[in-house]
Amino acid sequence: MNWRNKEKFIHGILFIFAISSIIFLTGIVIVLFKEGLPIFHRIGLLDFILGKEWYPTYDPPDFGIYPLIMSSLLVTFGAMVIAVPVGISSAIFISYILPAKYKNFVKPIIEMLAGVPSVIYGLFGMKVLGPFLADKLNLPTGLIALNAAIMLGIMALPTIVSIAEDALSSVPRSFRDASLALGGTMWETIMKVNLPIATSGVTTAVILGMGRAIGETMTVLMVAGGASMVPKSFLLPVRPMTATIAAEMGEAAIGSPHYHALFGIGIILFIITLMFNILADVASQSFKKKVSAR
Amino acid sequence: MFKAKNFVIMALVAVAILMTVGSVLANESIIIQGSTTVLPIAQRAAEVFMENNSDVDISVRGGGSGAGIAALIDDACDIADASRFIKDSEVKTAVDKGIYPVPHRVAMDGIAIIINPSNKVNKLTLEQIRDIYTGKITNWNQVGGANKPIVIISRDSSSGTFEVFGELVLEGEKVVQSALLQASNGAVAGVVAETDGAIGYIGLGYLSNGVKAVEINGILPSVETVQNGTWPVARPLFMFTDGWPEGAAKSFINFLLSTAGQEIVSELGFVPLY
Repeated sequence: MNWRNKEKFIHGILFIFAISSIIFLTGIVIVLFKEGLPIFHRIGLLDFILGKEWYPTYDPPDFGIYPLIMSSLLVTFGAMVIAVPVGISSAIFISYILPAKYKNFVKPIIEMLAGVPSVIYGLFGMKVLGPFLADKLNLPTGLIALNAAIMLGIMALPTIVSIAEDALSSVPRSFRDASLALGGTMWETIMKVNLPIATSGVTTAVILGMGRAIGETMTVLMVAGGASMVPKSFLLPVRPMTATIAAEMGEAAIGSPHYHALFGIGIILFIITLMFNILADVASQSFKKKVSAR
Repeated sequence: MFKAKNFVIMALVAVAILMTVGSVLANESIIIQGSTTVLPIAQRAAEVFMENNSDVDISVRGGGSGAGIAALIDDACDIADASRFIKDSEVKTAVDKGIYPVPHRVAMDGIAIIINPSNKVNKLTLEQIRDIYTGKITNWNQVGGANKPIVIISRDSSSGTFEVFGELVLEGEKVVQSALLQASNGAVAGVVAETDGAIGYIGLGYLSNGVKAVEINGILPSVETVQNGTWPVARPLFMFTDGWPEGAAKSFINFLLSTAGQEIVSELGFVPLY
């Protein structure tokens, strides 16, 4: 075999590996929609999304996932209320205030939070935070939306800190020098120059953090309590979409309406996270333009 | 490309060696999959069975009754564990694919209604339990306990345990939406053990000192009361095979039904058939 053929051969192999993830994604989407669409034929998309009762195994069954969607959104919102201020403050501190020699080990340590398996967060929420919340807030149980929101907030932190810090650090040094040279203080420079420029990068970080929180399964299954009612407060148990799929899929008879309904939830979840990812991508594109064009 | 050729040959040789070794080590293999309730029985029985029959290799997986039966229908396992009887729809799917599921009753399981040991309530009627789970009773003082809200713990509605509970206790009524969901017997027991006002239900095999079983009609759940039929919340546990079992699967099920097999059943806290 001469070198030309050899090159072609290697190109071919690399090409196959390169498109394999696209093939996997396509396969997943096809299966998801093939298994999930029958439920929309059966009860209609609107009744599925807006129905308030989830009793999939009764006769007649109810397949309303409104309480599940609201639960997912509530715990994600709660997680962001906790993670966004903490995450962005950490990112600002790490990129502008912390001396570089410390940054090189503080950032990896925060990123290590992402490497902790979610079942460990679940255990912590269940055995430590749950009893603590029940005791301090005088609640009958600590397995509530607040517990899930706190755990998800902690889990979303590394994503937010890491990406927001990258965005803040990539604001050109000259901007900062110019601001300081004009007599701006460090605080004014950060708030009025760096942060506005990095806004879209920071937005990307927040949206990806939200994606992480809404898709998280094991932790919410363990700590959110799992009551399938429309959530009225952070102090009541809730059941996010992911927890429902995880808890029920193992026992649902294949091909039954319940089975299709669980895939239907998967479709809704997939669309939500897809939107998050597209938004994050748009934000990060506009950030790149901003930093490079000026 | 010389090296690539070598690599392919080496890979082929390796596969051939692995296949020979595999066939020498285990002549027959059985895959068991299904209900998490039956899982401990299947696992322990498989260990003992393999000790006495070194030519058989048994792998046991959980996943739930539905998953086990689905695997049997897909020919992905030889024995499906189930904590409920097979559904009509599942039989239909199976027959369409040329699979004929045969049930083997391997043990009995009582479902215990459990509360936190600190709760001074000791007995409830089936009706009171139903009213608690359907949301008509919300405080322990309505059933003779302290003034404390009841935290209802339920299983995911597709689990075999829920199905039996729903049929025997709730009689088809819906569990109130505010009930907490836990995905396994162990998780229900864990939450009840840690929550003062909680009530839950678990398989008899999961009873421990951390939780207190509730009396119904003056009867406590136990091996005797399940066997003699006085405990009202009890069910048989099944293993399903495709057609009458043959070979290793047959000897495994026969072993489980023998005195030695039923001893394993009772050792694990389930109720033997005889």
